[in-house]
Order: sequence, then structure tokens, then C-alpha cells
Amino acid sequence: MSAEVAILGVGMHPWGKWGRNFVDYGVHAARAALKDAGVGWQDVQFVSGAATMRCGYPGYIAGATFAQALGWQGAEVNTSYAACASGSQALAAARTKILSGGCELALVVGADTTPKGFLAPAAGYRPDDPDWVRFRLGITNPSYFAFYARRRMELFGATVEDFTAVKVKNAAHGATNPNARYRKLFTREEVLASAMVADPLRLLHVCATSDGGAAVVLASQDYARRHSTRAPRIAGLSTVTPRFASQEVEMPDIATDSAAAVAGHSFRASIAARAYEEASIGPDELSLAEVYDLASSTELDWYEYLGLCAPGQAEGLLRSGATRIGGRIPVNTSGGLACFGEAVPAQALAQVCELVWQLRGQAGERQVAGAKVGISANQGLFGHGSAVIVKR
Amino acid sequence: MGERAPKAAIEGWYTLEAQPHLLGSRCRRCGTYYFPPLKSFCRNPACEGSEFEEVRLSRTGRIWSYTNACYQPPAPYVSPEPFVPFAIAAVELETERMIVLGQVVQGVEVAQLRIGMPMELVLERLYTEGGEERVVWKWKPLEPAT
Repeated sequence: MSAEVAILGVGMHPWGKWGRNFVDYGVHAARAALKDAGVGWQDVQFVSGAATMRCGYPGYIAGATFAQALGWQGAEVNTSYAACASGSQALAAARTKILSGGCELALVVGADTTPKGFLAPAAGYRPDDPDWVRFRLGITNPSYFAFYARRRMELFGATVEDFTAVKVKNAAHGATNPNARYRKLFTREEVLASAMVADPLRLLHVCATSDGGAAVVLASQDYARRHSTRAPRIAGLSTVTPRFASQEVEMPDIATDSAAAVAGHSFRASIAARAYEEASIGPDELSLAEVYDLASSTELDWYEYLGLCAPGQAEGLLRSGATRIGGRIPVNTSGGLACFGEAVPAQALAQVCELVWQLRGQAGERQVAGAKVGISANQGLFGHGSAVIVKR
Repeated sequence: MGERAPKAAIEGWYTLEAQPHLLGSRCRRCGTYYFPPLKSFCRNPACEGSEFEEVRLSRTGRIWSYTNACYQPPAPYVSPEPFVPFAIAAVELETERMIVLGQVVQGVEVAQLRIGMPMELVLERLYTEGGEERVVWKWKPLEPAT
């Protein structure tokens, strides 16, 4: 049996700060994806939802919430929560269901409605919750992004100009993306004039939180052959966790694992490695990559974690223009989180939507010529991460 | 009457001496250190240990990285009015081979820090509630800031 599944259709609700119920965004995206796939909602046998933690009970059981909103029709449901990797885990559940023969057609949906500003933990005195502890100490998400940015500066010679160049590049990519929240061609001067958030990162280096929804219709290869001649396939999907002793300084922990008794491991590089292995594809075969630019500096780390260049070479790769559309390996052609802001359960699916549009040659002005293989990568708190390799 | 002993913002995680230590734990079977202290089951996947000794972690280390908080964090952070920005350091402890995050003492700015700089652990006010000061561990440069 082939280990690949087909992506029959994708759809999104534009990112923004719309203030509506997350279910609306999810259903909008789902209907768009079903239409794109050319299949009816009542043909769907499995609904896999990515949960949101900020919208009450309907968010915790998102798969059922979306199924009910689309109209109960008896499909089986699943809900996945994996922080920023929730969308990929929902995708993985649907893929597994198909590959095990449990269904032929599945719908994967993620959507979120976000509050303004920082995403904060539950209240009270709760020192057993590391997320509570770090907020109590005043250590928020941008602090963690800034730690890595500062290391790039002191170890690899990165400059604030490099981080700014990532933002300006992604802004240019996303300027014509109808689903992006920010479609402004930010200039270097505007980025550098924005307020300092977590030195060396300024407001326009750090991604916002957004409302949005994304959906993917997955099908078995047999089903796809009967319905489409051009469906891209998922060739690899990684949702690996860290290995002890993880050396990542990562949200929400205030200390790393101790490597005193056992060797230390790097988590982030292991995320894509698994997807490459599963797909039997290497970084040199990629046409494009969608990576999690929680901060502009984080994108540079991903160049290295994905093997687009050697450690310490990301600034050189950026400066060469290779990661712009038209370059050797365009990164964040959608505009990335810089243009979208983060809608947590929808974001990993949005990355997959972009890969699909690129591989089908439907990305409009941001099209990567002749795109054949793309990878998405993301990483979130509590040891989550994902990478998806899509090929045509 | 002398000064009242400082009260900890998070109880049981550090000593309240003039030269304070973080209170970690160490697995009696494999020797792995933990902070915050772990007292239930060892997280080393090759170890089935469930007994721990309380250990005072090294009170000095070297900066792994650093930044600051220019915006007021949300609750449960308790902010002075008005908010005062502070630096933050991730400090690597050599013996324990772990990196511990913390605020940097007031008055020390990002421009005075660099990777590799030796730091020591001190106690400083995290917040005042009901007229009572609560202290937490913070990092302070060991050598005069440049």
C-alpha cells in the first residue's frame, strides 16, 4: 500500500482580527476546501479538527463542533490539540485513518479567535504549571524568540538588519496574498522605527495573534485517482517530540533538561529530519518552504533546521536572495506569520494550503516557477513541532 | 528587631540566604538534575528512578543568551506602577549542564550583557502585595558591568 495520501482540496478564511466566532472561520474554510476538492460535505467520512483553547468547550471538541456546524451527517470525528502543531496533528490523524483503510475521504479543519496582545495562562497560584511560572517571572513568548536572535548575533554575526530583511521579504511575498492579514509593503525604516519589544526584536519583527481558519480535504490515492488528475500528495509528515535531555530553551520552561547524566539533544532539527526520511526527499529537492517565523530571526534558524544551509550560514543564504521568490529556495512565499499573525490551530494547515496552491501553479503573483516539492515546518510550546512534505 | 526575612514569590524553589541557591532535585539513580525540583518520577527515558535528593544548584553560571521585557507582561506577572522594563538572562550552569532563565537585577541593561558573561544568583523583589515584598531569584553580573 502506498504510504501517500492525496490533498484533494484546500481552503481558508482570510486572517484578521474579525472578532467573530471561530466556528464561522472553520466552516467558511471547510466549504471552500470541499468546493476546491469537488466533493460534497456528505461524502466526508472523517472530520479531524484542530482544537482551540480560547473559545470554551466548542473549541476543545473542534472536530465535532465543525461537523455539527456543517450539518451532522454521521461522519466519525477526531480532535487534536498540540499547541502550534495542532493543525498538523489533525492532519496526521486523518492521514492515518485513510492509510489504515478506515476511510477514503477526510476533512481537516482548524480555526481560532484570539484575544488582543499576549496569550496568557490561567490565573491563580499555580507553580506546577510552567506556563504560569514564566509569566509570573515576566518571561513572555518574545523573550524566547529574542534569546535565539541574540545568539545568532553573537555567534554567527547576524545583525538587526538581517532580521529586518526577513520581515521586508515576507511582507513583499504576502502583499498580494488575499488570505494574509497584513498586506503592506513594510520598509526597512518602518521596521526599525517600531517599538522595541524584546531586545533585539522590535514590534514588527514579532508576529501578532490573529483570527483565521484553514481546511484541507484528504483522500486515499484510489479515491483521488477517481476525482482528480492533479492532486498533490503528502509524502512525509512528522510530529516528533524532543529527546531527553532536550537542550532547547523553549516555552514554557524556565530551565532546560539537565545534560549532566545523559547527552543533550537538539529538538528542532529533528522535526524536519523525520519528514525527509519518510518522504525519501532531501533539502536539495525542495522548491519552497513555509516555516514558522514567530519572529523574523526565527526564520533564519529554520533555514538551518531544514538543512537549506549549514549552521551559521543562514544570514549568507538570506543575503544572497536565495529565499526570496525567484531565488533558489523561496521561504514563506505566503508571507508567513509576518503577514498572517498566528491563528494557532489553523496555522499549520494554512502552511499546507500555501504549498498546495504553489504546487498546483495557482499562487498568482507569488508563484514559484515550476514548484514540485514543498515543506512546511512549525514548532510550539510543550514539545510540539511538525513538518509536512507535499509533492506533486 | 532586625529586618524581617524576605518572603519567597514561589515557595520552596530557592533558599533565602544572603548568597541564595536554587533548590533543585537530583535523581538518586541516574544523577540527572531538575529545576524546578522534581520529586516524583525521573524523566530520563532510560531511568526508572523515583527517589530524589534535594540539591542546591550552582549559584553561578555563564550567560547563554539574554534579552529584556520592554512591554508589561500580562498577569500572573504583577507589575509595579508604572511598569519598569527589565533584562532577562538564560544562564548555563556548568555542573548541572542546564540553562536557567531569570530576570536580571534592576539597573543592569541589555547593553551591559554578553554571551559567556559570568553571573551569580541573587534575590530581589519580584512584586509587593498587600505591603509585603516577595522576592525571587535574579541573575547579576559577577564582574563589574562594562
